[in-house]
Amino acid sequence: MPSNKKHLLPNNIQENSEAEWLGSLFRKAVEDIERSGMQGTMLAEAWRFTDLNSFKVFEPIAATNTAVVSCPKFFAELDAVELHISNGALIWKDTFPEYVDLFDLADRKIAPSWLTEALGSAINTEMHPFAAINTTAFSGGVAMRIRKDAVMKKPIILLVDTQANDKIIVANPRVLVVLEEGAVVDLIEVHTGSGIYINNVVTELIIGKNARIGHYKLQTEDTDAFHIAMNAAHCAANSIYDNFALSTGAKLSRNEISATLDGIHTKYSINGSYLGCSDQHMETVTFIDHAKPSCVSHELYKGVLVNHAQGVFQGKILVRKNAQKTNGYQMNRALLLSKEVKINSKPELEIYADDVMCSHGATVGELDEEQIFYLMARGISKKQARAILVSAYVEEAINYINNLLIRDLFTMVASNWMQQNITDTQDINGS
Amino acid sequence: MSATADTLRHVEEFTSRAYKHGFVTEICMDMAPKGLDESTVRFISNKKEEPDWLLEKRLQALNYWRLMKEPNWAKITHPPIDYNGLYYYAAPLDKPKLNSLKEVSPELLVTYEKLGIPLKEQELLAGVVAVDAVFDSVSVATTYKKELEKCGIVFCSISEAVRNHSELTRRYLGSVVPSMDNFFACLNSAVFTDGSFVYIPKGVRCPIELSTYFRINAQNTGQFERTLIIADEGSYVSYLEGCTAPQRDENQLHAAVVELIALDNAEIKYSTVQNWYPGDENGNGGIYNFVTKRGICRGKYAKISWTQVETGSAITWKYPSCILQGDGSVGEFYSVAITNNLQQADTGTKMIHLGKDTKSTIVSKGISAGNSNNTYRGLVRAGRRADRARNFTQCDSLLIGDKCGAHTVPYIESKNPSSRIEHEATASKISEDQLFYCTSRGLSAENAVGLIVNGFCKEVMKELPMEFAIEAQKLVAISLEGSVG
Repeated sequence: MPSNKKHLLPNNIQENSEAEWLGSLFRKAVEDIERSGMQGTMLAEAWRFTDLNSFKVFEPIAATNTAVVSCPKFFAELDAVELHISNGALIWKDTFPEYVDLFDLADRKIAPSWLTEALGSAINTEMHPFAAINTTAFSGGVAMRIRKDAVMKKPIILLVDTQANDKIIVANPRVLVVLEEGAVVDLIEVHTGSGIYINNVVTELIIGKNARIGHYKLQTEDTDAFHIAMNAAHCAANSIYDNFALSTGAKLSRNEISATLDGIHTKYSINGSYLGCSDQHMETVTFIDHAKPSCVSHELYKGVLVNHAQGVFQGKILVRKNAQKTNGYQMNRALLLSKEVKINSKPELEIYADDVMCSHGATVGELDEEQIFYLMARGISKKQARAILVSAYVEEAINYINNLLIRDLFTMVASNWMQQNITDTQDINGS
Repeated sequence: MSATADTLRHVEEFTSRAYKHGFVTEICMDMAPKGLDESTVRFISNKKEEPDWLLEKRLQALNYWRLMKEPNWAKITHPPIDYNGLYYYAAPLDKPKLNSLKEVSPELLVTYEKLGIPLKEQELLAGVVAVDAVFDSVSVATTYKKELEKCGIVFCSISEAVRNHSELTRRYLGSVVPSMDNFFACLNSAVFTDGSFVYIPKGVRCPIELSTYFRINAQNTGQFERTLIIADEGSYVSYLEGCTAPQRDENQLHAAVVELIALDNAEIKYSTVQNWYPGDENGNGGIYNFVTKRGICRGKYAKISWTQVETGSAITWKYPSCILQGDGSVGEFYSVAITNNLQQADTGTKMIHLGKDTKSTIVSKGISAGNSNNTYRGLVRAGRRADRARNFTQCDSLLIGDKCGAHTVPYIESKNPSSRIEHEATASKISEDQLFYCTSRGLSAENAVGLIVNGFCKEVMKELPMEFAIEAQKLVAISLEGSVG
């Protein structure tokens, strides 16, 4: 973390310090920011692939609310309830069923106890300086609670939009999702925007016993924007958490996903894909903390990089001492389609229990020439052959989305990207 | 199942055993004053009758070192090392120059006999292994030198090489691991005392396996070995390094530097069996092994192969690496690391692909037992010009008992799309099924585990030269004896 991070703090942090219910959380985050410059090796290591100098140009001002925005149209077909966050503030909410409690985090007067108990509980701001900044500076966002045994039939679409117009702004939206025992919900998070801005978003999920959540994130920020996301979950026993993230946007994105599996028989699947072109920097950081026995985690990340794009994958599985019978799988594959792309991959295992099955893998390479030849020999153009192979490659990850309707939507986004970015001219062979 | 209980019982049994190679030889020592400053460096250089350029190099390194900070990124913990509380030079007083083994002091010979490398026997047996035995810091005896000289091979101590082959040492010493490379390499560059030097001339295939036994003896003596191996065009050499150390309560620091240089079509095979004193069951004593080993395939189609069996040392911090500069060059790394009690091992490799069509293979097997921590940390990097570079990495960890840790930290960095890099890693314990299968066929639990673990390591063991394979198998057996049920 650079020593000059203070300039990323927008000018409204005073508001958060004044909100009484936020007081202690705020003070700790401020302390963490002060301290984080001294955290040294561990923190530097976590950020070693990210060029933080690119933030230096910023003299950001706090985002102000803008007009109503609408969902990308391909999501409009989905029968869902929507929440819109614009420039860090909640500006629109559909009517939700009575078993869902919603709270606008801009409300500084009094907060329900379920919220104050949960907010900040899944995040260690000490090790996540941007999450600490969000904690001190968020001026809005949404907290929701799905009550015990409630089953949401319609998925929730959470649209996070940032409009910079002609100013450089930083938005700090905050999202909290609390699932009580046995609750079931599908949540789609969509990030869009236009202009030069930092979207520094923190999403926390507190997943109760036997609860089930499908959480699907689509990041299509402006290609001049910075997307720094922290997605932290706390999973109780027997819960099922299905996480998927598809990233195509932003000039620099760092999508950090962490989960603590804090109850037996928790099932956690964390899959995703990053599709990078031009000079995008796309970073995915995942951390799975197996804290209790008999949990299963499955991770598959697939990246496609063209032009000058740079991909980073840092994945870590921690198996704690008593987390026996853990089954952990982690795989990151990156497909490099042009000569100038770059990939840094660091899949990491840290294991302190012996009766476990943990494996991880990583591969980096180009498309198989023989496969392209096979398709071309059957009358398919080179461009099409490449597109077919790349989409098959990405779909392997997308197919882990459980909800079929949502899976189709994500497939569509990916294939749109491919149509624009996969050509037959990208010559990859060194010859 | 009882296997787990058995394991625990055996771990306890094993940990209560004394270190087999723990003994101290009483020989009068010639020591440099305690501490590290310019005078120490001058003292060492003077003792070695070194030319000025080397002294200058040493002093430069010392100045760099003073500005450097001890690295703290590895997954190891230890109390801070007092670098001024160490002796940087210790040599057996008795025999500075020897013509035959008869002149070697009898205590020394007994020491080696206990270690199982009787020089006398070696000389009598003729023609299998040449031993450049290093007792603490000075080469005591070098055998088979003459036979090697016939082929034009230079195999001597590094201080001798500095005196007699200055054109080679001056050109290559520090060319792979520069003085400022890292904290421990820098320290070594300033105070290295002795080590081996090998030069294989063009087109020569070294007829025997070259071997050096290192031995840390004097209490409180930091051991700073320096090894330099140069394989000229089209040559081949296999080099063995083996270590054991006597039991001491105070921690001993070992910061060696090994440099390998392979020119066009040359091949260097470097094998290590490391069995230094790992400390007792409470983590008292034991060797700190902070080693920098690096080879460069400078020429086309050169090959460097590292094989290591690491069973000893309280702390191992070691990353034998290959820089694949020449087109078509090959790097290999085969490792078995076994940790027990409170041992900590943070080891792995770096494969830096620079040339076209370079290939590398990494096979790492980590076995952790007791309260130990065993980390694989590796880097595979394909540079912009490394077209069609190919890497395959496999890291397997075996956990024995629920108090140990096994970690894998690989870094993959590719700037070339036509490079293909694969990494896979697994961590598990010995499966009950495998154990059951073996025991139901009449094997005792211990033998069954021995069999399974041997199978687990086999991929690496088969890479060791014959002479070493037997010793290594014994070592693995000793390390696992009792530690697994």
